[in-house]
Amino acid sequence: MTPPLTLFEKIWRRHSILERPDGQTLLYIDRHLIHDGYQPAFEFLHDRGLRPRAPHRIFGTPDHYVPTTHRDVVQISDPERRHMVEDLARNTAAEGITMFGLDDQRQGIVHVIGPEQGITQPGITLVCGDSHTSTHGALGALAFGIGMTEVTHVLATQALWQRQPKTMRIAVDGTLSAGVSAKDVILAIIAKIGAAGATGHVIEYAGSAIRALSLEGRLTICNMSIEAGARAGMIAPDDTTFDYLHARPYAPSGEAWDRALERWRELPSDPEAAFNTEVSFDAAEIAPMVTWGTSPQDAAPIDARVPDPAQASSAVRRDAISRALAYMDLTPGTPLAEIAIDRVFLGSCTNSRIEDLRVAASIVDGRRVAPRVEAWVVPGSSLVKAQAEAEGLDRIFKTAGFEWREAGCSMCLGTNGEIAAPGERCASTSNRNFAGRQGPGARTHLMSPAMAAAAAVKGHLTDVRRLLEK
Amino acid sequence: MQPFRNLKSLALPIPQPNVDTDQILPARFLHKPRKDGYSQYLFRDLRRLIERPEFPQPKILIAAENFGCGSSRENAVWALADYGFRVIIAPSFGDIFYSNCLKNGLLPVPLRADVVAAILAATQPQTLYVDLFSQTVTIPDGTRYGFDIDLFAKQCLLRGVDELGYTLTLLPQIEEFEKAHPET
Ligand code: SF4
Repeated sequence: MTPPLTLFEKIWRRHSILERPDGQTLLYIDRHLIHDGYQPAFEFLHDRGLRPRAPHRIFGTPDHYVPTTHRDVVQISDPERRHMVEDLARNTAAEGITMFGLDDQRQGIVHVIGPEQGITQPGITLVCGDSHTSTHGALGALAFGIGMTEVTHVLATQALWQRQPKTMRIAVDGTLSAGVSAKDVILAIIAKIGAAGATGHVIEYAGSAIRALSLEGRLTICNMSIEAGARAGMIAPDDTTFDYLHARPYAPSGEAWDRALERWRELPSDPEAAFNTEVSFDAAEIAPMVTWGTSPQDAAPIDARVPDPAQASSAVRRDAISRALAYMDLTPGTPLAEIAIDRVFLGSCTNSRIEDLRVAASIVDGRRVAPRVEAWVVPGSSLVKAQAEAEGLDRIFKTAGFEWREAGCSMCLGTNGEIAAPGERCASTSNRNFAGRQGPGARTHLMSPAMAAAAAVKGHLTDVRRLLEK
Repeated sequence: MQPFRNLKSLALPIPQPNVDTDQILPARFLHKPRKDGYSQYLFRDLRRLIERPEFPQPKILIAAENFGCGSSRENAVWALADYGFRVIIAPSFGDIFYSNCLKNGLLPVPLRADVVAAILAATQPQTLYVDLFSQTVTIPDGTRYGFDIDLFAKQCLLRGVDELGYTLTLLPQIEEFEKAHPET
């Protein structure tokens, strides 16, 4: 009889090709998502006289270097950036890799289009040369980010050496209050366990509050697993997952769908399965969260104040808080809800799906972006954009004074040149508030789409729950 | 890949936790060609962290916990390596950064937190000796501390070879696996 296994262990065992004497496993990789940062990987591969071994398992789209003001590659003015986008198109064409180019409605942020196209499925292993690959675990896949040398290895062999990580179960039980979303849950988790709290672990999110989340909300949670240091984040597949996947272009259909369903229903962790670490949260206690510092762990409920370094738990922590506050230009004791902002960025692989845009639009509807605030909506994919336009969300945003842009990573990272100015303060729905992340000297406050929308209309960080009582 | 056996060097201290790869290599240089060298981009917005006259040409960098967290960009490791670093010591590392180091001839050394804290707190520049074969770090007073590394990664580093050549010899097993698991 097999011992009780976790969701992660089931997928790990199923994909283990062989084990090396030092304990590393050669893991089979089912799907590989690639983007416009892959130029070095193809160069390494070609330098060794190799080609992708399984092109049909690879899917590409440009996201990091694409402009969000137009869709014309030729018009990308910086030749090095244009080269990154063109190189992906050239390599995918030469190797017969499926590609959703800039002129394709299916283009978007790689972690948005994987689930959207049904490429991401329960029980598979999926990698991408990008740390937020953890996103895809929301469908019950084992998905993680890798570096360029490992990418080259996967291109050449369709396999990867990995040491089996430890397991952590994070249970969130109870009901979330109005105005509290998946983003607040994950920020509350990271604030508690820390930016290295899950290092070396794969997290499985469980509990009634996680079960109750939509697939989009689950993607938001798993997306930020890496910000707690985790190798991957996962959620057991259930009817929410299956309903989401059904009839997606790359999902199985007909009889293959029925067979897949049978396999997928076996995936959830066995009731007796043991985890190396267990943490639990009460959903009812989670409030809308914002970050005040330069690590995602620097998050607090919106009704809190900027912390005082003098009260830090250790000297290292005191220094870290002081450095963060200096960078963020914040004074200890200031209520978070009084921090004025210059910009709003609604986008990124964390929060740019249709549900995110719907929630934000519902806050913005009938209101106006505060004077002197520049607010952008950057949909996660061209299909999300089209859907939002079909629902009239674009008009709500534009009427309120938001810029309505094309799909891509944009100001989450700014590699396409779309950055905030030094000293500017941005309310952002993205995943990293590192110093300089949105541009040298730019200051980022992470929050949910609802909270970012509320900040846009108020001109400062604010408790979105106040705006719900219209 | 450049082999690594051992070295003795001043250890440049960065006494901060959670030094992320966006600090090590800002995103605006991610599209720069590998062959042009990345040394000039290392800690570009925090250059004072590394440009310190009392630490001429340091080959060891020592930092507080969770060094290299964040983005998977291997360019961060290229920048450290191109600048001349061969060893990074910290109590813990970002997972992806750790494996990226091993693939580029840069030795990541997870060392006991109290030992790291003592070195970071020292008022004088510290010279350390790092030996991969015995998996030890020797501090100025002569005390030696062990560290962990996977055997295979160690051998690759000692010999200066990467994993890919070895995995390519396993292609028959990979093909067999594919035939046995047609559904994925
Ligand atoms: S949206 Fe941001 S975090 Fe997500 S893949 Fe793009 S740059 Fe990375």
